[in-house]
Amino acid sequence: MSVQSNAPDGVEPTHFEFDHDSEQQIAVILAKYPPERKASGVLPLLYVVQKQMGRQTGSAWIPRVAMDVVAERLEMAPIRVYEVATFYLMFNTRPIGRYHLQVCTTTSCWLRGSDDVTAACKAATGIRAFGETSADGLFTLTEVECLGACANAPILQVDDDYYEDLDGPRTEELIAALRRGERPAPGPTIDRLNSAPAGGRKVLVDDVARKPQGQG
Amino acid sequence: MLQDKDRIFTNLYGQNDWTLAGARARGDWDGTADILARGRDAIISEMKASGLRGRGGAGFPTGVKWSFMPKKNDGRPHYLVINGDESEPGTCKDREILRHDPHKLVESALIASFAMGAHAAYIYIRGEFYNEAMHLQHAIDEAYAAGLIGRNACGSGWDFDFYIHRGAGAYICGEETALLESLEGKKGQPRMKPPFPAAMGLYGCPTTVNNVESIAVSATILRRGAAWFSGLGRPNNAGTKLMAVSGHVNTPCVFEEELGVPMKELIEKHGGGVRGGWDNLLAVIPGGCSVPMLPRDVCDTVLMDYDSLRAEGSGLGTGCMIVMDKSTDIIAAIARFSKFFKHESCGQCTPCREGTGWMMRIMERMVEGRAEIEEIDMLEQVTRQVEGHTICALGDAAAWPIQGLIRRFRPVMEERIHAYKAAHGGTRPAQVPVGLVEAAE
Ligand SMILES: Cc1cc2nc3c(=O)[nH]c(=O)nc-3n(C[C@H](O)[C@H](O)[C@H](O)COP(=O)(O)O)c2cc1C
Ligand code: SF4
Ligand code: FES
Repeated sequence: MSVQSNAPDGVEPTHFEFDHDSEQQIAVILAKYPPERKASGVLPLLYVVQKQMGRQTGSAWIPRVAMDVVAERLEMAPIRVYEVATFYLMFNTRPIGRYHLQVCTTTSCWLRGSDDVTAACKAATGIRAFGETSADGLFTLTEVECLGACANAPILQVDDDYYEDLDGPRTEELIAALRRGERPAPGPTIDRLNSAPAGGRKVLVDDVARKPQGQG
Repeated sequence: MLQDKDRIFTNLYGQNDWTLAGARARGDWDGTADILARGRDAIISEMKASGLRGRGGAGFPTGVKWSFMPKKNDGRPHYLVINGDESEPGTCKDREILRHDPHKLVESALIASFAMGAHAAYIYIRGEFYNEAMHLQHAIDEAYAAGLIGRNACGSGWDFDFYIHRGAGAYICGEETALLESLEGKKGQPRMKPPFPAAMGLYGCPTTVNNVESIAVSATILRRGAAWFSGLGRPNNAGTKLMAVSGHVNTPCVFEEELGVPMKELIEKHGGGVRGGWDNLLAVIPGGCSVPMLPRDVCDTVLMDYDSLRAEGSGLGTGCMIVMDKSTDIIAAIARFSKFFKHESCGQCTPCREGTGWMMRIMERMVEGRAEIEEIDMLEQVTRQVEGHTICALGDAAAWPIQGLIRRFRPVMEERIHAYKAAHGGTRPAQVPVGLVEAAE
């Protein structure tokens, strides 16, 4: 990849330093891998950078100077870190909005109305196409592939949380709530328990905690 | 069908406490040290006898896989690596284990690692499962604090560490060698095999990669016995399996069932039936998007298990069904998968890198009908050129849904082409110059 900045002019910071919170997380992360295998820490450290940027600037992304800091910390060539940062979709190599709206449009979600979710996201934010950030800088809209929650389709992932069983109106309500600074509880937006069928469980109905039979 | 007393995942819906206290009340961590005391060989033979086949898609017998790990340690550490990447479209079962029954996974990981001579296990969880990874981390912390893992785990004399590693949005990292590359801090690009991971896996050490569900069921199998597990399901298709039903059913959900139950019964019982009734069914993709779809007449009678689905030219895959009713544009449904595979190809081998792009573009035209009838055969040929000619099975996975479409719904594709020609005037070749198609993307 190019070592040029991905960020629009003027926003690429010239300096990055891990803060206290991040340093504590890094200590836990590096203890997971053999000392001579520090490179295993690259994905987790890039997450640490992205979260810290979110805390500090309201935009969770990874500037190039931070990739260089990660490279130095893990004793890797910077190019290896750039490669990794651009290979994996969840790393934002350009600034994004405060809320990252990620619509799953893969077949299970599409069959149950992900087009309506996408349309509602656009209507509620003024965004015209995937990849854009709203004019007020609050929202970035991204199209994502199957989120592994197809029995609760369609799904909108907001930052780290899944909002499930959506339709157009409930999507607009969710975005309105985010705008008000609220964080509705993630999970199904209809009356159902997690991935159990709507209308109530068909198995495991006797829900008292118990030992399965036949155990010695 | 399966009775509640034979379910392994008794907190599947999170209806009860998923932390250590709740897990213990459901029977987890009961006599774990006694299981370990049986020794490596006894554990592996019991797993072989249970008939458990890998739940990650390929269905390789789990006990046999464990037995490939070197019996003696040559100085290199051994590793268990658990595959929690769960990114195959349609598939949503391992998520339920991670968030609602995490202790089953931790306990089983200890036992499986012991059986392979591994003192450490890593689980690779797809990055999007952030909250699920938090639950598992909580369970791991509880297990350390209670002395169940760590130094002298459960008082067994065996030391065992368990670590979570989060992915970051790449389907290909579910392929076991791409997963190992990713865990080592590289781009997730599959390795050539051999060498196989059991000889040279993580950090060049003997490694076994297993799906989350394959591992999580093993403590229960060992507690209740191989005979109990193999008594469920059908011969060569033993046991219970987590499955899901998504798409056009009345109540999409995740559930645990015995293998070998008719697909129709599963859809009616758990899925609440096809939207608009069974007669409104068009097709089912039985186990994640890479297995070919089955038309309604096959769905009337087919059993959900490895061998029955294979006999129909499809596969059990992950056991997570996508149901499509007659309102579905079946060409568009499959074209969406082609876009998925194009997006997820790691680009390492030419047939996959070029082929997935080619298949996606022609499928987009097939959706509109902007194609020639002969191009259906050409498309089929391209899938054959990709299939079996790549480093990893993503190439095959990209080819199979399209082969399934052509095999089962060719008349629909032809009709679409005729309709396009009729609407756009006459018999001229409908294909616009290639450059234009690309420029329009
Ligand atoms: C492109 C691709 C993606 C895969 N994704 C997954 C996955 O998300 N989870 C999984 O368990 N196996 C996945 N597999 C299968 C793994 O390579 C491997 O066979 C499996 O983890 C073995 O576990 P098992 O024997 O317990 O089934 C994938 C394979 C390919 C080719
Ligand atoms: S088949 Fe595709 S995904 Fe697999 S190694 Fe080759 S290019 Fe990468
Ligand atoms: S297709 Fe959207 S979560 Fe699987």
